[in-house]
Amino acid sequence: MPIHPYIPNSDPETKKQMLDTIGVRSAEELFSTIPEGIRFRKRLDLPHPMSEYEMRRRIEQTLSKNATSSELLSFLGAGCWPHYVPAVCEEISSRSEFLTAYTGDAYSDLGRYQALFEFQSMLGDLTSMEVVTVPTYDWATACGDAARMAAIATGRHEVLVPRTISPERLSVMRNYCGRVAEIRLIEYNPQTGQLSLDDLKSRISSKTAAVYIENPSYLGFVEAQGHEISDVAHRHGALLVVGVEPLSLGVLTPPGEYGADIVCGEGQPLGLRMNFGGASLGFLACRDEERFLSATGHRLITIAKTERKGEWGFTYVLPERSMYAARERAASITGTGAALCAITAAVYLSLLGPQGLRELAETIMQKSHYAMKRISEIRGTKVPCFESAHFEEFTVNFASGMTVRDVNRALLKHRIQGGQDISGEFPELGRTALYCVTEVHTKEDIDRLVDALQEVLK
Amino acid sequence: MGGRVGLKGTDGKEVLVKALQLGATPVSPVRATEALREIAHAADQIEVLTYPFDMGEQEARSCGLTPTVVGSIVRGATAGVDTMNAARDMVQHQVDLILFAGGDGTARDVCESIDQKVPALGIPTGVKVHSAVFAINPRKAGELAARFLQGEVSLREAEVMDVDEEAFREGRLSARLYGYLKIPYQKESVQSAKGGSFATLDEKTSQDLIAEYVIEKMENDCYYILGPGTTVKAVADKLGVTKTLLGVDLIKNREAVGSDLNEQQLLKLIDQKKVRMIVSPIGRQGFIFGRGNPQISPAVISKVGKENIVIIATTNKLSLIGFGRPLLVDTGDIETDQMLSGYTRVITGYNEETVAKVSH
Amino acid sequence: MIQDHETGYRAVVWNEPILYQLDRRGRRGFTVPATEDEIKAKAGDIISQIPKAMRRSEPPRLPALSEPEVVRHYIRLSQQNFGVDSGIVLGVGTCTMKYNPKVNEALARSPKLTDVHPLQDSENTQGILEIMYQLSKWLCAISGMDEFCLQPRGGAHAVLTNAHIMRAYHELNGELEQRNEIITPVLSHPCNGGAPTVAGFKVITLYPDKETGVPEVEALKAAVSKHTAGMTITDPYDTGVFDPNIQEYVKIVHEVGGLVAVDQANANSLLGRLRIGDVGADLCHFNLHKSFSTPHGSHGPGSAPVGVKEHLSKFLPVPVVKFDGNKYHLDYDRPHSIGKVAGFYGVIPAILKAYAWIMTMGAEGLEETSEVAVMNNNYLVERLLEVRGVTLPWVEKHPRRLQEARFSLEQMKEETGVGIDDVNRRIVDFGIQKCFTSHEPWIVPEPFTPEPPESTPKEDLDRFVEVFGQISDEAYTDPTIVKKAPHNCAISKIDATPSKDPNKWAMTWRAYIRKRK
Repeated sequence: MPIHPYIPNSDPETKKQMLDTIGVRSAEELFSTIPEGIRFRKRLDLPHPMSEYEMRRRIEQTLSKNATSSELLSFLGAGCWPHYVPAVCEEISSRSEFLTAYTGDAYSDLGRYQALFEFQSMLGDLTSMEVVTVPTYDWATACGDAARMAAIATGRHEVLVPRTISPERLSVMRNYCGRVAEIRLIEYNPQTGQLSLDDLKSRISSKTAAVYIENPSYLGFVEAQGHEISDVAHRHGALLVVGVEPLSLGVLTPPGEYGADIVCGEGQPLGLRMNFGGASLGFLACRDEERFLSATGHRLITIAKTERKGEWGFTYVLPERSMYAARERAASITGTGAALCAITAAVYLSLLGPQGLRELAETIMQKSHYAMKRISEIRGTKVPCFESAHFEEFTVNFASGMTVRDVNRALLKHRIQGGQDISGEFPELGRTALYCVTEVHTKEDIDRLVDALQEVLK
Repeated sequence: MGGRVGLKGTDGKEVLVKALQLGATPVSPVRATEALREIAHAADQIEVLTYPFDMGEQEARSCGLTPTVVGSIVRGATAGVDTMNAARDMVQHQVDLILFAGGDGTARDVCESIDQKVPALGIPTGVKVHSAVFAINPRKAGELAARFLQGEVSLREAEVMDVDEEAFREGRLSARLYGYLKIPYQKESVQSAKGGSFATLDEKTSQDLIAEYVIEKMENDCYYILGPGTTVKAVADKLGVTKTLLGVDLIKNREAVGSDLNEQQLLKLIDQKKVRMIVSPIGRQGFIFGRGNPQISPAVISKVGKENIVIIATTNKLSLIGFGRPLLVDTGDIETDQMLSGYTRVITGYNEETVAKVSH
Repeated sequence: MIQDHETGYRAVVWNEPILYQLDRRGRRGFTVPATEDEIKAKAGDIISQIPKAMRRSEPPRLPALSEPEVVRHYIRLSQQNFGVDSGIVLGVGTCTMKYNPKVNEALARSPKLTDVHPLQDSENTQGILEIMYQLSKWLCAISGMDEFCLQPRGGAHAVLTNAHIMRAYHELNGELEQRNEIITPVLSHPCNGGAPTVAGFKVITLYPDKETGVPEVEALKAAVSKHTAGMTITDPYDTGVFDPNIQEYVKIVHEVGGLVAVDQANANSLLGRLRIGDVGADLCHFNLHKSFSTPHGSHGPGSAPVGVKEHLSKFLPVPVVKFDGNKYHLDYDRPHSIGKVAGFYGVIPAILKAYAWIMTMGAEGLEETSEVAVMNNNYLVERLLEVRGVTLPWVEKHPRRLQEARFSLEQMKEETGVGIDDVNRRIVDFGIQKCFTSHEPWIVPEPFTPEPPESTPKEDLDRFVEVFGQISDEAYTDPTIVKKAPHNCAISKIDATPSKDPNKWAMTWRAYIRKRK
């Protein structure tokens, strides 16, 4: 029997001692509660055990088949964005006390509660909302949760979303809402991309639980009609739900100030590397009203006092669950969330501070503006497709005749990864790609892209 | 003298008033004292009222409490009427809680005299009790009383039963729902940090959910026999139909057809009609049909048919009866009992059911 | 006789202010990458491009600190946190708090993983696609299922995914309207009932028999009908009891045309011993942050791949990683797929770490894992039952458990007034993490559920029992110490009134400040 470094009691002497205490001759006897007929008696079809060195070498070799977004100059966004991650973020997120903890009370785990409360607080200030829940998996699941919350809080069963919504988020929203809300699409203005207020007004009714908008849009532009959409929604007794990329809030009006009842979004830009889409952080914020708190399935951490003066403690809020909420068993499907990502985001926001956030957002806008301007100078392109302000992403339409697929293939030969092909997702836009430019792209990078595009589109 | 209700969360002393009485029939003082000891811990916050001698005064003093003694009795010759007088006096004195020691008989006496005006809680004293108004043991009774008086737990309605003890000992179930008392109730409000609900639903919310679900499934032009108890009453309440708490009523198309009916009246009204029945297990043992409820007789049951009997119960209720314990039927007719026995669906919430064993 | 509360442990106490209280106007912790002059010139007043109504008028009221101040603050917070690496955490059952190998953490930091965008051309992501593909294959080998999807982020998410797959299956057969019921034993994880409810099913809950701790087969027989869509079950249960009827349940549910989904949160006991696919399960899931050694991260991110038999493959969320013999690619061409349950493909760092762990341990290692985990737990059961006040429910029928056991402190509560909440507040005084109690409803009174995974040294088990014994002594002699605990932690007893008071609760600093006035 092998003695494994991760299995202290696998040494024969310890094993014997323990088995003797239990009163069995072999550990096999301990599995006797599993009926013999269903026992697996073969060896699993897995490789043999390996030393740390061998395993590491193999995996590094496998990973070397990947090209990173710097080796391959990438302009991809579409729900996962390249931003610079300060070294402090990774220093803190790799602290093993945070990494290996789980569900203690604030007595033993004060650190994670306080860090989460600080994340919640900063996100609250960023969005101008007073309640921020314990975070969830990603923006997609967060907006699914938001739609459910809206349906439960209002007792209505329809959520209106813009046709420009991210297709991934739409799919997840539909699955997540379950039987509680039906999602309906509202048209957009083809020139500006903005939500069509006319279509919204004609479709909204007393059946509508909420109007959901994304700001910036999945397609990169800033939705300018926040106040108007809020008015329309509230006049009909519906809620306003806004999905955001938080860095944009360095320069954009926070949704709380134009009437949002619920805010959701993606926290990955806040100090998390892209990780092939696997390091995400969904946040959910709402007004401090009991109907929302009862309707959310997520835990709520509140600051509290302790017996000792001047000390901070933390505990969970237990809102009275409304009957409707109980019926939908909102709380029963909560589970492990994304805490470590939230702690990392808290570190990021505290490093940036108010000034840093504004400067960063400004820098991003400047660089993407530059990229848009320079690409538009290339014949056969229309950049952006929409006449609106944009944040870090923009649409590029190739009127030249090449498909986006071919353009991207050609760009790869220049070791450049072009923007996401959205021709299939939005056929009405024709051959269009979604490009992302952030603070990580230098002027040289952007010029390089432009030169390559010029070459490719000749 | 009046009592002041203690205020939650205030600084300084709270003065809470409680009343202690023992049933008129002699009971073991040891058990009562056990309960009182739990209250003695908070003696400076709780004022105790009681009746003289062995109706409470002795036991209170033996715990170090200094009770205010009211009323008068003939020592050694107390009876049910003294229990009722004591209870009425306590209500007059506006106590916050009546703590009584005894069995189902005492519970019935208290129930009748206070008409749910004041919360109460029973200290079980060794006699077999079927009413749900008793705590599991004397110590828990005292603990629960103290916690209620300190504002830590809430109230729920619990059944007071009238069970023919002799018949029960002979294996016959002659049980009747006598009435209700509001008792302190330890809601399991547990934070499961890993997942799961924030708090178990309280009884009222659960009953509302069951009612909503049952009503959604109701058919037009169908008669519904509604059995006794608060869970079934919740269905009627939601429909906006008046229902007797303790009796058997009949409704159709959301309107009352007859209330507090006996077997003959029921049979006449449902003859040749399409009919369903909604019942709920009663008491600590979970009686569904017993000889104490002669209205729902084997004849009625046979007219309705097993497949048209809907059993409803909250999870709290099933937990009180004991998960895995069977619900009980004893209609007086062995064939009917056997037909009803076995596993049956029970509605426990909105779109939520379980299967429970029914036996006789 | 315990005289004082010297326990040999004292927590770090920093009384660290809330970040907002450390706000130093004007300081900063980060320099934004510069914008080149030419770009600035071309952009002009870029902010004015934003329509006025959507332009932020004031900077957000975030605290401003320098870098060293931020570092110190969060390092201090981390020191006031307790993980597997800090001390004994074996009390946290159902979570499988096993050791997280550091080499896997190091591998996950490779830029070849962290700096790859999910939408890059697959030509340049063959490495990660290979790992995802291979992990799925290994999970199939371990479970006996036919295909895995790595997208769900946690157990509840996985069960919801499986509930949707069950819906899709019945819908395709034209039977969805008829099949609207899911049956689940109450001792399964609450999401086994909650997720089907969200997916629109009626849930029939089975309660355990008093003697055996598992539902009666007759109860399931009574519960199934043509309305049965399926059954969701966690086996072994969180109580550590393996439900021996599982094969019977599968047969009964299949006979009426339903599907069986098995929650394998407790798979640490079954690795190499039982393959749920062989037993007939149609769907299952694993928690990578449990059985497969990936870290819990202070409550996420976790990862929970779902596995299905072939007849359900078509319904899996998109995309699925496919291999044509030469290259890997993401397959979106799945017309019957239920769509997506989360963005992109799954928790990639966890996927890598689980892959690395399986590679390290190999088949033999997985067998050793389940063997030692179950041995550890039974050793703990044996020794913990020596402690006064501790009992094991269903002990006659199930003296042995698998990888965890649910105990009861009801006897201690009866006899001393000290219950599990008190003990949990006291045990942290000893530098030991509190115990997981139970999911709701509490079938077992005063429950606690420890689970010592295979990475727990015997000395930890002995120490845990020793401390539990000491606390029991305290409860039986003078419970005040226990009742008034904790004494040695970073903070004293929390005043939980904000829990229920809307005028006091505050999830953000801004709410706290406003309500304080």
